Amino acid sequence: MPEPTPMDEETLRARVRKLLEEAHPETTDSISFRQKQYEHGLAWVHFPEGYGGLGLSPKMNMIVFDEISKHSKVIHTTPPASVIGIGMGAPVVLTYGTEEMKKTLLPKIFSGEEVWCQLFSEPGAGSDVAGLSSLAIRDGDEWIVNGQKVWTTVAHLSRWGMLLTRTDPDAPKHDGLSYFLLDMKAPGVEVRPLYQITGEAEFNEVFLNDVRIPHARMLGQEGQGWRVAITTLMNERVAIGGGGSKRKGGGATGQLLDVWRQRKKGAHSPAQEAMLRDRVTRSYMDNELLRLTAQRARASQKAGNPGPEGSVAKLAQAEINKRMWETAIDIMGSDALAFEAGYALRQTAGAPDSVEGIAKYQFLRSRANSIEGGTSEIMRNILGERVLGLPGEPRIDKEVPWKDVPRS
Amino acid sequence: MPIEMSLTDEHEELRATLRAFLNECSDEATVREQMSTERGYDPDVWTQMAEQMGLAGLIIPEEFGGAGYGYVELLVVMEEMGRALLCSPYLSTAVLAANALMHCADEKSQKELLTEIAAGRMVAAVAHAEPNGRWDIEGLEMTATRSGDQWTLSGEKTWVLDGGSAQVILVLARTDSGLSLFRVDPEAPGLRREAVPPLDLTRKISQLHFEDAPAELISAGDQSANFERVLALTTAALSAEQMGGAQWCLETAVEYAKTRLQFGRPIGSYQAIKHKCADMLVETEFARSAAYAACFAAAEQEDDFLEMADLAQSACSEAFFHAAAETIQIHGGMGFTWELPVHLYFKRAKASDLLFGDAAQHRESLANRVGL
Repeated sequence: MPEPTPMDEETLRARVRKLLEEAHPETTDSISFRQKQYEHGLAWVHFPEGYGGLGLSPKMNMIVFDEISKHSKVIHTTPPASVIGIGMGAPVVLTYGTEEMKKTLLPKIFSGEEVWCQLFSEPGAGSDVAGLSSLAIRDGDEWIVNGQKVWTTVAHLSRWGMLLTRTDPDAPKHDGLSYFLLDMKAPGVEVRPLYQITGEAEFNEVFLNDVRIPHARMLGQEGQGWRVAITTLMNERVAIGGGGSKRKGGGATGQLLDVWRQRKKGAHSPAQEAMLRDRVTRSYMDNELLRLTAQRARASQKAGNPGPEGSVAKLAQAEINKRMWETAIDIMGSDALAFEAGYALRQTAGAPDSVEGIAKYQFLRSRANSIEGGTSEIMRNILGERVLGLPGEPRIDKEVPWKDVPRS
Repeated sequence: MPIEMSLTDEHEELRATLRAFLNECSDEATVREQMSTERGYDPDVWTQMAEQMGLAGLIIPEEFGGAGYGYVELLVVMEEMGRALLCSPYLSTAVLAANALMHCADEKSQKELLTEIAAGRMVAAVAHAEPNGRWDIEGLEMTATRSGDQWTLSGEKTWVLDGGSAQVILVLARTDSGLSLFRVDPEAPGLRREAVPPLDLTRKISQLHFEDAPAELISAGDQSANFERVLALTTAALSAEQMGGAQWCLETAVEYAKTRLQFGRPIGSYQAIKHKCADMLVETEFARSAAYAACFAAAEQEDDFLEMADLAQSACSEAFFHAAAETIQIHGGMGFTWELPVHLYFKRAKASDLLFGDAAQHRESLANRVGL
């Protein structure tokens, strides 16, 4: 096969303009436009030709975006429900999918026609995902799956699920897993909203009762599901720990400062006021330090020697965020006894109209920051072991059959 | 705030040179030897640092015999000195006094004194704080007395770094034109220098008693704003030193956690210890960001420099102190002994925090600047 010739920036821009002649975002709906974008190889230019890409470097994706914004006031960016499909589903299909899967699934992932979700976490397998216990049993050309998944974003909108499940309980935990594409419309798949601390249901629980999956929908080999899952997880890590606000006093810090500046005069004694002011100053500093550390990480990445700054960000950000909203609540004092938004179940994010409303909501929502995407405790293990080189804990679950490992 | 905060290859070379030098001249035995002397440093090493390495005049302009470097180079130098716990009049002379002269003094004194400092022939002390315990400019109460062309000073100055060994004392006092800088001969009649037994043995401090001591006025006009900047530049440099100290603590604690065995395994394999180390890493990296931000802002004379200096003082003071405290804890009983050097860093950490007004005062200053 001939090597694809590297495309220069101008050729790529010309190609974008050709797409815009055929379909223009200002006159085309998102799905139709993104279908065309895919056909032209401009969906994800770092994918191979024929799969929505042109075999270019990932950073050339910015050029496509830039050229479209030059010629259109409307930009059809990634639909919110498609973030998981595009960020994790597509790379997994490209790496492990059959030719037919790539041809049929990738265009619809990109266009937003088909939403994807990730079925990894279980009630009994949070930090220890590889210890999960949903079970698939082979039945001819099919597998029959039973179990429960949890923390599944957009499951209620999804056409396809990336399912990690156990296929061999006699193997050590990492070796007994397989990875399937699950048809979310299949009989036995039940999606329930997961009612959370804020009153919202950002996530779902997914129950699998005798769900049949064709063997052909297994990605990777039987027993190699963990390796496939790592591909998915690596693509997930990219998104977390973004390094806080991009400018001084911006973002959430600005909201805290607003709460502070709008505080009820006289509600706190001078001594309490001084203590609160110090806490606000600390939060301001913390967010500055996050921003500066992210900036330093970018600078050292550019210089080709990435340091520990990046790994530090996720842990720090979670703890800083929780502390910051606790401070906001303490500034409001007894006014925080009221929770105006109420706790009626809703599946869309609430949009409080006041900065106090935002603070009350974030006070609750931020508890998840040190749990989602790796708990702070797991992050400290990672920093301790992979960055500082400290020895791991003795493991009792590594070399033994999964079925013999104690579980709660 | 500067866009780029990264060191060049030249900076890394400077670091390597310094580390090699400090491994020789500031190893633990030397630190212990020097800290037990009255002077508190080795004059030969000080001369060598000035003459062979150009360190005494690092930030002094070339016209006054200095190297004319900026705060990014100073950042590297201070970080390495902090790591090695160097006993030296560097902070008092090459940073605080040099800055006071560069920002507050007349040209004649600059020429005379900066040249001597850069050449390593003069240790200089700045007398600033007073027994009222305040470190802000408004807290300065000493008022100079004039009779004809002669000025005299009376009163007390506290916590004067290297006040005992200095060959020149620079004193902040008030005159009709506002805050002014005076030059006082350490041997002047009416000046009594009293050594204070220090919490941190690696930096010597004195209390100065003035009783109609003759002084030479070497500034013109009110120096309040200039001296505020001098203090901020000094704390920015000090923050880099604190960050270097924190990094030493982190590395020392981690190394011990890898090798100390209890209950049949390295203590670093227990999460109780591992998580302490991870938190130290986070805080030290944040301190690094803060020290970089302050020193890069100083180097490029950014508008938000004073704010960044406050931020760095608070972040680096706390990071160094926590790192030193946890390093004692991780070393268990040994960490409490005189034999291990950890207590020297612990004392340096607290003393550095308190030296120019503590972290809480700098956060208050930051809050005022940001308008909280």
